[in-house]
Amino acid sequence: MSTSNPARGVSGKKLVIYLVAEPETPDLAQAAVEGGADVIELGFPFSDPLAEGPVIRRASERALARGMRTHACLDVLERTRELLPETPIVPMTYAAILEAYGYERFVTDARKRGATSFILVDLPVEEQPALRRIQLVAPTSTEERIRAAAEVTDGWLYLVSVTGTTGARTELSPTLPPFVQRVRAVTDVPVYVGFGISTHELARAAGGLADGVIVGSRAVEVAETGRDALRDFVASLRTALDS
Amino acid sequence: MSDFGDYGGRYVPETLIPALDELERGWREALADDSFRAELHHLLTTYAGRPTPLTLAERFAPGKRIYLKREDLLHTGAHKLNNALGQAVLAQRLGKRRIVAETGAGQHGVATATVCARFGFECVVYMGEEDMRRQRPNVERMRLLGAEVRGVDFGTRTLKEATSEAIRDWITNVETTHYLIGSCVGPAPYPELVAELQSVIGHEAREQMLAAEQRLPEAVVACVGGGSNAIGIFHGFVADEDVRLVGVEAAGAASLGSGRPAVLHGARSSVLADEDGQIADAHSISAGLDYPGVGPEHAFLRDTGRAEYRVATDEEALAAFQELARTEGILPALEPAHALARARDLDAELILVGLSGRGDKDLAEVLERL
Ligand SMILES: Cc1ncc(COP(=O)(O)O)c(C=O)c1O
Repeated sequence: MSTSNPARGVSGKKLVIYLVAEPETPDLAQAAVEGGADVIELGFPFSDPLAEGPVIRRASERALARGMRTHACLDVLERTRELLPETPIVPMTYAAILEAYGYERFVTDARKRGATSFILVDLPVEEQPALRRIQLVAPTSTEERIRAAAEVTDGWLYLVSVTGTTGARTELSPTLPPFVQRVRAVTDVPVYVGFGISTHELARAAGGLADGVIVGSRAVEVAETGRDALRDFVASLRTALDS
Repeated sequence: MSDFGDYGGRYVPETLIPALDELERGWREALADDSFRAELHHLLTTYAGRPTPLTLAERFAPGKRIYLKREDLLHTGAHKLNNALGQAVLAQRLGKRRIVAETGAGQHGVATATVCARFGFECVVYMGEEDMRRQRPNVERMRLLGAEVRGVDFGTRTLKEATSEAIRDWITNVETTHYLIGSCVGPAPYPELVAELQSVIGHEAREQMLAAEQRLPEAVVACVGGGSNAIGIFHGFVADEDVRLVGVEAAGAASLGSGRPAVLHGARSSVLADEDGQIADAHSISAGLDYPGVGPEHAFLRDTGRAEYRVATDEEALAAFQELARTEGILPALEPAHALARARDLDAELILVGLSGRGDKDLAEVLERL
């Protein structure tokens, strides 16, 4: 795969693509990797997702209506892992799902089925310290909280680019550069920027500041139009990041 | 960081945690500050109409002595104003001049719009479109008071979705905005803060009861949606171990009666949810009780056995609504009509009922169903 475009990934910037777990998702995730995604974030839908804007909220509602409960999501994780043996796959979900399934049991089962790490949108850093996960920091986070998150995060830090919910934005928040600086000042862990990154221009701009970018809502929208469209969209992001 | 046994907590995105820390600090400072208490007391007495009276409902329940704590006579027509005023004074101290709130029955929305008008705050209220339909007069009242009412047209189109949207607004505008939550739900410190602001109901009622009967009631009965009027009246009696505390839920929204531990709107509590933790739909004729969650303190009081929880059906509430109107000349809101229904058949003689609000908002819904 990676030989199809010899320049791909030259920048070293990581491209993370978020998709909601549905029956088609393993194939879509493969298309995203063909387009140049380095990491797949797999959304396990929750009925009341407080951090999501309309696109991911609606996609979550649709997935739940199609029966995508925790067991079905774990099946999708396993099938995605079969198609993508090398790609980091990170389930992203809400505490409610793990409360019901059991935190330890979830981690054990998800790892067994192919999860590389976890992202829990509504579980603050001080909760469930035994659950090693990718921590999120927001523009409102204090220095003390950024430090705490960086200390325990699993590989990289997820920088929420805006005070807001997920969803495509037309420009990068002017507060992002000073925010990235604030984080860099207290930690050396790689930082990936997400929330609002919707176009290759924004990906390039965010990639200029951070070590990786995360594309969610726009990827979910494009994925609704099929695997080829998703592959091409991801390829455009990849090219922008590498140029 | 659970506040009520295993219940409570702060299950919210990181963006909000610093704001919750700030709120908690501001709240502790306010509580310790006599000028905060004095300002709130002044507003409650000169603006809201406290203390509210206690009324003996002799004709409603012959053979019993049922006293009604008349929050329906409070300005804006429900107990919600106690909380809204307290949080407005707090928002003022925190320097927040934009307020967001959710509302179900519209009573909390009206109370919030009212205090925003009084304090000169910008006010945005989220309300499910189903609730906008069935509580129309309150939508008009909010607009007249200068609030912007934003309809929520997805999911259940009721209080659950309105709450989620209010929290999303708060996440987006957290630097300028105070989230004026309407019940003892949500992430810490909200459940505790709302309970404290509503406890004025119970403290007043305890004194009034002693003055009227020279003894405490055998039971205190209140309806439970998110649980704020109930927790407020319970707090006056929770230390009186012989006084039974009885919460009444809508039969189709019995988060305590048929829920399970789950996470909703930032807290772990007893919630109507499936075994995967997905939130289930609630159903009630009463928009204010039509909510699949409940305040974590109620789940704690249930588990410890200090309070007991029952249900009343839509039909029982409607019957109690009519009965109170015809026997006492009081039109209750449909929410406390649930409490009235259970109080009448409770095996106790001297009972205090929280009459949390008046029924004007419910006329269209009731007339359609009778
Ligand atoms: C009159 C009245 N009572 C009760 C409730 C239910 O709320 P809570 O359980 O928080 O008191 C409402 C909510 O809208 C209400 O308007």
